[in-house]
Amino acid sequence: MKITVKLFAYFRDNRFSIEEWDIEPNTTVGNIVDSLHIDREEVGVLMMNHKHTKFEVQPQTGDILAIFPVVGGG
Amino acid sequence: MVDKIFRVNMTDLTTSVEEVPEAWAGHGGRGLTSTIIAEEVEPTCHPLGKNNKLVIAPGLLSGTVAANSGRLSIGAKSPLTGTIKESNAGGTSAQLLAKAGCKAVIIEGLPKEDKWYSLAITPAGVTIKEETERIGMGNFDVIKSISPEHDNKIGILTIGQAGEMKMTSANISIQDPDGGLRSCGRGGLGAVMGSKKIKFITIDPEGGKVDIADPAKFKAANRTFAKALAGHPISQALGAYGTNVLVNIINESGGLPTKNFTQGQFADHEAISGETMVDLINERGGKAKHNCHAGCVIQCSQIYNDAKGNKLTSGIEFESVWAMGADCCVADLDCIAEADRIMDDIGIDSIETSVAMGVAMEAGVLEFGDGVEICRILRDEVTKGTALGRIVGNGTGSVGRSFGVTRVPVVKNQAIPAYDPRAIKGMGITYATSTQGADHTMGYTITTNILNVGGQVDPLSKEGQIELSRNLQIATAAIDSTGMCLFIAFAVLDDETCLPALVDLLNARFDIALTIDDVMSLGKHILKLERKFNIAAGFTAADDRLPEFFYDEPLAPHNVVFDFTAEEIDSFWNF
Ligand code: SF4
Repeated sequence: MKITVKLFAYFRDNRFSIEEWDIEPNTTVGNIVDSLHIDREEVGVLMMNHKHTKFEVQPQTGDILAIFPVVGGG
Repeated sequence: MVDKIFRVNMTDLTTSVEEVPEAWAGHGGRGLTSTIIAEEVEPTCHPLGKNNKLVIAPGLLSGTVAANSGRLSIGAKSPLTGTIKESNAGGTSAQLLAKAGCKAVIIEGLPKEDKWYSLAITPAGVTIKEETERIGMGNFDVIKSISPEHDNKIGILTIGQAGEMKMTSANISIQDPDGGLRSCGRGGLGAVMGSKKIKFITIDPEGGKVDIADPAKFKAANRTFAKALAGHPISQALGAYGTNVLVNIINESGGLPTKNFTQGQFADHEAISGETMVDLINERGGKAKHNCHAGCVIQCSQIYNDAKGNKLTSGIEFESVWAMGADCCVADLDCIAEADRIMDDIGIDSIETSVAMGVAMEAGVLEFGDGVEICRILRDEVTKGTALGRIVGNGTGSVGRSFGVTRVPVVKNQAIPAYDPRAIKGMGITYATSTQGADHTMGYTITTNILNVGGQVDPLSKEGQIELSRNLQIATAAIDSTGMCLFIAFAVLDDETCLPALVDLLNARFDIALTIDDVMSLGKHILKLERKFNIAAGFTAADDRLPEFFYDEPLAPHNVVFDFTAEEIDSFWNF
C-alpha cells in the first residue's frame, strides 16, 4: 500500500523531507513515527491529507502523512 | 523613580511632565494607550488632524529584568481603519522609556508652521527641536546619523518617507540592539507621527532605573517565569527556526492564502519555508537566533545575509514572508528579504503593503511572481510618492478601490494576514471581531486550531471557535499591557507555573495583590473600552464581517467557505 510521508523542521535532519512508502495494511501513524526513531513525545502535529490526525489512525492507499515536531510562531 | 506622564503639545510647541492620574496607575502598554485615547481623543476626529493623539507607553514590566518584557505599545485613532489602534514591537525603547521614569508620552495637536521636529526624551521630560537635516531620509540613515556606533543607551523611534507622506500603511520603527529595526507595523501609526511633523524621537534615561517594590520576590518570580519560557519546546523551535517555520505547517493545513487568496496552498512553499531560510542563513554566516531586545530568552529573530554574506535584513517574520511569497507568488527568499529591507527603510507595514501588491497583481498592475517589479515599485514609486506609490502606500483597500478589484482581503480596511479564515475558522472570528481590523496577533487561534497548544479545536469546524477567539483576545489584551512579547503565550497556555509567575512579577514590581482573575478582567475591560470607542466613532456590527468572497468562493484543497452567520459572529461580544 503506497503512501507519502513528509517530515518537517529538525525531523528532516539525517532523514528526508518527502518519501513514498510502501506499508503493510493495518500499519498505524504511530508505527510509522516509531519506525523513523522519532520520539512520540516530540511530535507536535500530525496531518493526514491536510487534516489533523492521531497516532492510532491507519493510513489508506494514496494518503499523505505529514509529521511535525512541536513548533510555533505567530 | 516615580513614573510620570510626559505630554507634548505640537500646536504651541510646549511640553509638560504630569503626575499619573490614579485611574491610569494600574495600566501599562496597550491598556494604557487605549485608556488614554478613549479618555482624551474624540472618536469621530480625523486621524491625521489636530484632535488625534499619539500615545507611547512601555508595558507594566518593561525596564525591569523580567524576561521578554521589552515591548513598546503605540496607540492612536488609526488612519487606516478608523478604529482605536495599538501596535506593539520590541527593540530597546520600551526598556529605556521606563528607565527614564516615563509611564506614557502623549503627543497632541499639529504644528502651525510647515516645519519638521524631533523629540528628545530624558528623565526631566521632553525637548522639542526643529529638524531639517534628516527630512526625506529612510529609517536606516536616520538611525545611523543619530547613533553611528549603535549606542544602546539611547532609544530611537523613527518614521521613513512613508510616514512623512502620511501614507496609511506607514509604521513607526524602533531601533533594536544591533541598529536594526523592529516595527509598530499595523494601522498607519507612522502617518499619525508624520501628521504631527515628528521625524524621530530619542530616549535617553541617563542611567535611570525602574523601582521594584519587592526585589527578592521579583527575582524569584522571574526565575520561574524565565524557566517556563525557555523550557517550552515551542520557544526552542522559535529560536531555531524563527516564526517562518509556519510556512510549511500552514501550507500543509490548506490555510496558506496564495495568489491573492484564491488558493490555500502554495506550490513553491519549500522555497520560502523556515527550513530553507535557516539553511541559507547558516550557509551565508548570518544568525539564525537573535533577540529584538535584551532579556528575551526565546530569540525568534534572525539576521539574514545576502549571497555575498552581507547583512540584508533582520527579523523577517512568517507573515512578511507569506505575504510577499505565497500571496504574491514570489518563490525567492532573497527577493523577499530585499523587499523586507526596503519596507523597513521607508517605514511601511510589510503585511499591508505585500497584500496590497497581491491585489495590484490581480488588477494587472504587475504580474504574479514578479518580485523584481515589487522592489522597483517600492523604491521608485512608494519612496518617491508617485501616484501609484501613494495608492499602494495607502494599503490593500486603497489598491482595491483604485483598480476596481472585488477580491480585497481586508477587515475594517486592514489587510488580512497569513491564515485563511475559510480553512482556519478561528482566525476568521478574530479578524471579524478584533477592535483593530484584521490582525492575527489579537487572538491567535493558530495555537489551538493548528499547533495543538492549549487543547485542540478543529480548524475546519465552526465548533468552539468563538469561545477560543474570545478567550485568546481577552488574554492577549492583558498580556499586551504587561510589555511582554506575545510569544510567552505558548508557555502560558501549556505550563501551569508560567501565568502565576507573571502575576507575581506584577505584584512584586508594584507591591499590589493581583490575582489571575484580576488580570483576565483587565483584558475584558480593555476590549470593551476599545469597542466603545469604535462604536462612538461610527462602527456597527455590520463592520464585524469578512469580505463577501470568503462566504462564496470555496478555498482548495478543502473547498470550504467561511460560514458563520452574522448572529454567531456577534455572539462573540457576549461577555
Ligand atoms: S521572541 Fe522574538 S519578538 Fe519576542 S521578544 Fe524575543 S526576539 Fe522579540
